[in-house]
Parts: sequence; structure tokens; C-alpha cells
Amino acid sequence: MSGAREEVLERIRTALGSERRAPEVPRDYRVTDDRPTESLLDVLTDRLEDYKAQVLRCGPDDVAATVAAALDAGLGSGWTPASVVVTPGVPEGWRPDGVSEDDARPAVRLADFAATVTGVAVAIAETGTLVLDGSPRTGRRAVSLLPDCLVCVVEAGEVVGGVPEALARLDPTAPLTMISGPSATSDIELDRVEGVHGPRTLVVVLVA
Amino acid sequence: MTTAPERTDPTPLAPGAPRSGTTFLGLPTAPRGVGHLRGERPFPDAARDALRDGQLRANLGHATTTIRKKRAAVVGEVPDWEALRQAGKALKTATMARLDEHLVELERRVGERGGTVHWARDAAEANEIVTRLVQATGSDEVVKVKSMATQEIGLNEALEAAGITAHETDLAELIVQLGDDAPSHILVPAIHKNRAEIREIFLRTMPQVDPDLTDEPRRLAMAARAHLRERFLRAKVAISGANFAVAETGTLAVVESEGNGRMCLTLPQTLITVMGIEKLVPTWRDLEVFLQLLPRSSTGERMNPYTSMWTGVTPGDGPQEFHLVLLDNGRTAVLADEVGREALHCIRCSACLNVCPVYERAGGHAYGSVYPGPIGAVLSPQLTGVEDNASLPYASSLCGACYDACPVAIDIPSILVHLRAEHVEAQEKTTPEGAAFTALATAMSHPRLWHLAQRAATLGRFLARGKPTLPAVLPPPASKWTRSRDLPAPPRETFTQQWAREHRR
Repeated sequence: MSGAREEVLERIRTALGSERRAPEVPRDYRVTDDRPTESLLDVLTDRLEDYKAQVLRCGPDDVAATVAAALDAGLGSGWTPASVVVTPGVPEGWRPDGVSEDDARPAVRLADFAATVTGVAVAIAETGTLVLDGSPRTGRRAVSLLPDCLVCVVEAGEVVGGVPEALARLDPTAPLTMISGPSATSDIELDRVEGVHGPRTLVVVLVA
Repeated sequence: MTTAPERTDPTPLAPGAPRSGTTFLGLPTAPRGVGHLRGERPFPDAARDALRDGQLRANLGHATTTIRKKRAAVVGEVPDWEALRQAGKALKTATMARLDEHLVELERRVGERGGTVHWARDAAEANEIVTRLVQATGSDEVVKVKSMATQEIGLNEALEAAGITAHETDLAELIVQLGDDAPSHILVPAIHKNRAEIREIFLRTMPQVDPDLTDEPRRLAMAARAHLRERFLRAKVAISGANFAVAETGTLAVVESEGNGRMCLTLPQTLITVMGIEKLVPTWRDLEVFLQLLPRSSTGERMNPYTSMWTGVTPGDGPQEFHLVLLDNGRTAVLADEVGREALHCIRCSACLNVCPVYERAGGHAYGSVYPGPIGAVLSPQLTGVEDNASLPYASSLCGACYDACPVAIDIPSILVHLRAEHVEAQEKTTPEGAAFTALATAMSHPRLWHLAQRAATLGRFLARGKPTLPAVLPPPASKWTRSRDLPAPPRETFTQQWAREHRR
């Protein structure tokens, strides 16, 4: 196909001609947010709840109990630990007793689990967005996709104000997933309804 | 620069595909006979039928009103929206100015990370490449993420001809596919269907659907989930488009809502992405602008539920084989037009459709192309050559709402006017409209003639019979004008007559 490659490139050169004017890009938009952490957490909570995600807040010593409460909220109180998978990098102190760790089984078999618990790479307050980056803490992409309930644990230090700060913290070559609320669609009469192919329930545990 | 299309046969570039034409720089437009850029009928004819469909107008009115309110609210809360918009516009202009260099860099980065880049001069070549890649996997079915590029090239039909079944997985695309229908909106291809109609399609076409399915949107979404779940889990090959590609890193991005995109981008062994050559941005940082502009303009959300970004292949996570098909299909012809090339800045948000008074009433099918609405009216005629979509530059009242809504500030009205001029200049025979304007120009440059003409025009008052407008049933060729416009009855006296009467004392 090198013929096509050379030809398309040559067409572009012909189209642009010799005089190419590339303007300076004005970056007059906000790239930082100096609001205190506490108000960023409030904004994040507000945005997540607006998308019908549930938010539970706790201190650093109560994460495992709050994750258990999050699973109660997502699965109902009768859930069995064996139906919950956690990513390999989720700290021991966050894990409710008896939950399974992702054992690198074929991705489609992750659908057997009812819920997933992960950490995040960064969270964006203004848009209510959690970013997973394929690291051990956030797991491979399929693990946060196939089980119907997703519990994400966010630490205060991982929360930034806007999109520019978040992208600056990320490695672009990692497999990235930005999650803003549970799976949803606007395809019926352009109105949003939650719950299609991705996890229908999103519970966020905010640790501060 | 005016790019009056030559009507001579260009040099064939790929065997077999009929060509439609070239720009004056010799750059080929999208070929005829493949893909979905041309309608069967001119816009006014198709629109007239659509306007008679009361259900369609009700559905469109409801949906566009809903989304306009949502968009206005989330755009209004961003204090630096205009700065983002100007940055987006400048970024796109700068990208186009060095498009060849950025594409070569993208190709190198994708290759370094284990992906393979293919180049396609046009729709036919892209379809051949994708079909060959799917056949090489041995699979006879693929799952698809909603993609305008693959709609544009008619990929599903090409795959079907090769015995490969393509399952659309986006809810609206699924509705269109199951209903054996055509898309009518960039973002929500089934916008012309309401919930009751969608329920009826699902009941008719989904084999295992619950017969008690209601038309509650949540229940309909659940039905789609059940219908597609097993297909996702067994799929070996996925085909996607791309919202963005980052040249400096080789990163691709798909922005979606339902998670069907994630399923396709994550679970199959092989991923094939078809992307127009204009969709890339130079640097990773540039996404900070577009990831703010796109969701708010598109679905009226602060951020869409899922954005996936991947760079080549990641061992142990996602597809282990990745192909990127870079598609021209007339884009370089658009790039050659210094005015029209701004249409390539489009990030496919569909905000211009939702605010357009013409789109809201006529609907997307009337445009005949997969790109409807204001952006379609400037993009489709340029991709095909303006004579193959000659009515589209006129499918607008030039009110400018599209320009205001566009997150990258594409001056759509100016491009529409530019394309109208191009169409007029391409005419070899004099049209009635052309003759009328030539006569008008002559009259206006001769004061005596002009006064005579004005006096003659007041005779039109007899036709109006005291009504404020002339009757719509003027004889041809005047009827072509009055069919869709009110022609006011001429005033009793002209402005100069009135001035002279009141001031000459």
C-alpha cells in the first residue's frame, strides 16, 4: 500500500501549496485550579451524583468497611465475596475479606464477577471523571468493564480540578479509560438514561 | 481561491472505482458508486416529503429541544468557553497546515507500539483493506463501534458482499440497522425514531426479546444490552472509528457513552480503526481542549461516560493486533480550498444540527449524505465535488446559529456562500436566476433603467390584490423562487419617491 501512502501525502502537499500558515495557538483557557482540596472533593461529589453515581466518603482507616458498604449499595447486602474481583494493586487494607484478585484469566471470563473494586490514576472534579490507566491499582481495561457494578476508590491527592491538570498527570501511551458515571445513553430522544453495556452501577469511595 | 470543478475524467487511481471528478489542483473527490455521501434526490425535493411527515417533525422537535437546553446549560457554566473555542479553532488550523508531517509522525508512533498503519486513497480502497484484514483473521463477523468514517465509505455493505456480518453496537446504530433504516444524525443516527417506534423495531427484530417490552427508555436500553452481550463476548474482530489521534504519541481516542465502545476496543483479539486523515491533533496536550469542547457540545454532558485511549498494542490488556486505516476519500480535495478547508476542523459533535432551523424541520435523511445538517451541507459537497451535491449549499437560511454553536468556530455560513458561488460559476448554461441577476445588475448600474424597473415593479401590486405577499403560484420560472419564499407585494411608492415627496417642499 506504499503507493497509496505516497499519493495521499503528495495530495496533501499539493493541496497546501508552498505557503503554509500555522497560527499560534492561544491557550488563554484555565489550565490550573487553585481551589482547596475540600472544595474540589465537593465539586467531584456533586458531579458524580449528578450522573447517578453514588459517593461514600470515609477516612483512610475505614476504606475496607466503606468498600463493603459500597458493595452493599451496588449489589444488595447479600453479596458473596467470591463474586467480587479486585485489581492486583488495590492495597490489602482496602479489600473486604474474601474477595478475589484478578488472576489474568481470559478477559471475557471476568463477566462471571458481579462487581469490581479498583483504584484510580486521577479524578477530575469539574467533570466528575475517574481515569484508569492500566496500572496494577486500576487494572486491565476489561476488569472495570464486564462486572455490572464498579466500585472505585479515590484518594484526595488524586483529585484535580480540570481536564488539563489530569492529562498532564497521565502517561499517554498507557491504556486509558475515562469514566464519568455509570454506562448511559442519549440515543432515545436525546435524553440521558443510565445503564447500557458498561457497569450499570458506579459507587465511588472518596478517601480524605 | 475558487475551485470550479473540472468535468474532465481524472486519471484513475485505483482500478475499478468510478471517479466523480477532481478539483482544479487535480485532487480527486470521493468516488461515485461506493459509500453514502450522495443522495438520490436534491435536498428541496427530499425535504418537501419530510416536512409532510408529522411524526418525524414531532420527534425531531422534541429531541433537538431537549439537547439544546442541556448544551446551553453545560456550556454556560464554563467561564473560559470562548477561549477554549478559539484554541480549538487555532489548533485545527495549525494541524491542517502541517497535516502531512503529523500523519507521518502518527504512523511512526503507532508502528513503534506494535500497530500497523494502512493508507486508503478512497472509500473503495479502505473497504478492500478492512475486508482483507478481517478475512485474514478467519472471522466472518465483526462488532462495530459507531463511526462516521465507516458509514461514509459504506463499509458494512462491502463486508456483507464478502460474507462478513457487521454488528452495529451503538444503540442508535443498532436501531437503524435492525430497522433497515438510514442514519439521520451524526451523534444519534436514530433521532428520527421515538421510543414507541424503537420498541416496535426491537419487538420485530430481536429474537429473544421480552414480548412485554415497554417503551420506557431504560427498558429499551436493557433490551439492547441483552441482545448484544453474547456478541461482545464471542467477537474476535472489532472495527471502530476514532475521535482523535495524537501524532506525537500515536494515541487513538474514542469518546462514547454506553460502553459498547469499550467492549469493542477491549475484548476482541483484533482491532481495526478507520480514521479520516483530518482527525489528528499534534500533541497530547491538545486533547485538553477537545475533551472539554466535545462532550458539552455533543450530548450536553460535562463529560461523556466513557473515553478510551490506546496506543498501539498493550501486552495482556486489550486487542493484541491493531490496524489503523487512514482515509482520504476527498479530504485532500477539501484541503485544497482555502475557504472550504475549515470544514475539516469538524469534531463531529452535531451541535450545529441541533440548533439548525432547517435540520430541525427537514431531518437528516433529506440531506442524502451521512453528514447532514449545516456541517454536512458544507462537507458533503466538498468531499464529492459540489456538482454531485449541488443543492446542499442552499439547504440553509444562513441564520448563523451553526457558527455560534460550533465548538471549533467553523464559519459554516461563509463556506455555504462560497460553495454557492462555486456552483454558480460551474454552470455552463445560463440559469433563470443567473439571467435575472444579470438583468438586475444592468438595471442597477443605469439610473434611468433602474427607475423604470422600479415603476414597472409597482405593477406587481395588481397581482397581490391588496394582500401583503404575492401569490405563491406565479408562473415558471418565477415559481421556483416563490415556491419556498414569500415575495412581498411591491410598495405603493419607492423609497426615493417617498423621500422626494416628503422633502421637496
